[in-house]
Amino acid sequence: MEEKLTLFKNRKRFGIEKNIDIIFKNTALVLSSFVAIILLGIILVVFFQSFESFSRYGLKFLVTSEWNPVKDEYGAFTAIYGTLVTSFLSLLITIPLGVGTAIFITEDFVPKVFREIIGSFVELLAAIPSVVLGLWAIFVMEPFFRVFFVFLHNFFGWIPIFSTEPTGRNSLLAILILVVMLLPIVTSIARDSLNQVPKKLRNAAYGIGASRWKTIFSVILPAALSGIMAGVLLALGRAMGETMAVTMIIGNSNAFSWSLLSPGYTISSMLANQFGEADGSQVSSLFYAAFVLMTLSLVVNIFAQWLVKKFSLKY
Amino acid sequence: MNSLYYQKRLSRNIGDKFFTSLSVICALIAILPLIFLVTYILYKGGSQITPELFTLEPNPPGDDLDAGGINPALIGTLIITSIASIIAIPIGVGGGIYLAEYSKGGAFSKFIRFGVNVLAGVPSIIAGVFIYALIVSTKILFGSMYSGLAGGMALSILMLPTVIKTTDEGLKLVPNELRYASLGVGASMYTTILKVTLPSAFRSIATGVVLGIARAAGETAPLIFTALFSYYYITGFGDLFYEMGSLAVLIYNFALEPYDAQNKLAWAASFILVLSILSVNIFSRILAAFNEKPKRV
Repeated sequence: MEEKLTLFKNRKRFGIEKNIDIIFKNTALVLSSFVAIILLGIILVVFFQSFESFSRYGLKFLVTSEWNPVKDEYGAFTAIYGTLVTSFLSLLITIPLGVGTAIFITEDFVPKVFREIIGSFVELLAAIPSVVLGLWAIFVMEPFFRVFFVFLHNFFGWIPIFSTEPTGRNSLLAILILVVMLLPIVTSIARDSLNQVPKKLRNAAYGIGASRWKTIFSVILPAALSGIMAGVLLALGRAMGETMAVTMIIGNSNAFSWSLLSPGYTISSMLANQFGEADGSQVSSLFYAAFVLMTLSLVVNIFAQWLVKKFSLKY
Repeated sequence: MNSLYYQKRLSRNIGDKFFTSLSVICALIAILPLIFLVTYILYKGGSQITPELFTLEPNPPGDDLDAGGINPALIGTLIITSIASIIAIPIGVGGGIYLAEYSKGGAFSKFIRFGVNVLAGVPSIIAGVFIYALIVSTKILFGSMYSGLAGGMALSILMLPTVIKTTDEGLKLVPNELRYASLGVGASMYTTILKVTLPSAFRSIATGVVLGIARAAGETAPLIFTALFSYYYITGFGDLFYEMGSLAVLIYNFALEPYDAQNKLAWAASFILVLSILSVNIFSRILAAFNEKPKRV
């Protein structure tokens, strides 16, 4: 009896081990809160650095396109417009292509081996650095598309978006390189959400006599829609923030033009071009532009997360 | 009786054929440029590879025909990526451990998981802007402005969400029975994590981390105004506090040069970068496929 009691007494841990346990837990806690600290830090730093420019130009910054370090006049309309136009138009091209490809590799048109090869190949392409895509765009895409652009201008020049003579780098090329970058994202997310649609649904649709594409359009796609939408929004966020490939091919001109065949600007390419050698109030204005970009991508991102949570599959 | 047979000219069958060919066309349009892109990079870059490339400094752009090599950029990429890993891996793994092992799904862990997703969506150039404001312009690192160290910090911000996420998800796949068994024989929480759960999730965590590192190695935007670029050999520890070249920035700078020799150097650097990133990706995919336990949904 006596012996048992001492055993029982010794069943508690040594003090030092207990302390290590507590220290370990708290270290992990601190490390995980680093994420929040960094995120808040980014938002606060960019906001406060842009404060000078914000108080000076206010919201006028967003709608004027004067960018003149000599006269100290700054407005980022061209860059903001360029960011929105390139990302939305590239998405417009990417969505049908990406979803079409995703349908192709989730249906049984070709043997499974081929579909898996295509699928993993598309995913591998997401790993190619964007600066390499930019290099490729400069030396391969631009010469290749030049004839096509001249044709566009000659026959459709009366439409404002094709109204300038194509001379080398322009916004349309930036849109095309963005399509190459976004395709892997949209395709792989669309494929995953199509794969998650339960087989029962498909069988039920076939059972009541729907054809393959009737099934895809009326059953499978609606069921996978939330996942696809989230993927599209993620891609939109990526497109808005994408820097290198766009900077290298868009031509970097702050002169505003409706035409896609003229050189343009995006917020990120403006940052990449000017941040290194900016000083004075130009730095603050660049931070203001960075703040706009960050807000845009945060809104898109948070909306995507909300969408996933709200409309995720409930089968 | 006819209706029992497949009728080619029925509108639904025509429609099906039409959409099927449409999706085939989509897949072709999507795949062909991508195949062309990869083969072109490998062909064009591969033809520029010489032994001197790995040992020489790049010559400053100019009329001289010989562009030199990419040694400083190659070493610089290795150093900057290592710095980023040294910062991001402990923080990320520790944070992931907290999320998966300690948090009980409360508001805090929800907020952190949300933050991880948001941080993953922050444009990479914003990470550069942030480090510029915090470290480069304040000269907080012993008075040095642009430095390899600052570049590594910027990259670590991009790596962090990937590392946390893979740790969190890897640990969540470890069956609870293992934890109960370990705690049941009297191990403390930290022994359980370090000796049981972390080792059994090691492979999936390592795969994710390696993929994160490979992605960071190709990032350019955070480096162009934190690490800047350098033409000179990296000779010692002190060079961490000065401008440091990297393959990605070399490609960016030299692609925009009007000289053919520099452009060729950019292609060669792309070849090395793409080849190493793709092989890391393929290798970890093969590893993951071999060890695929129950498929995660």
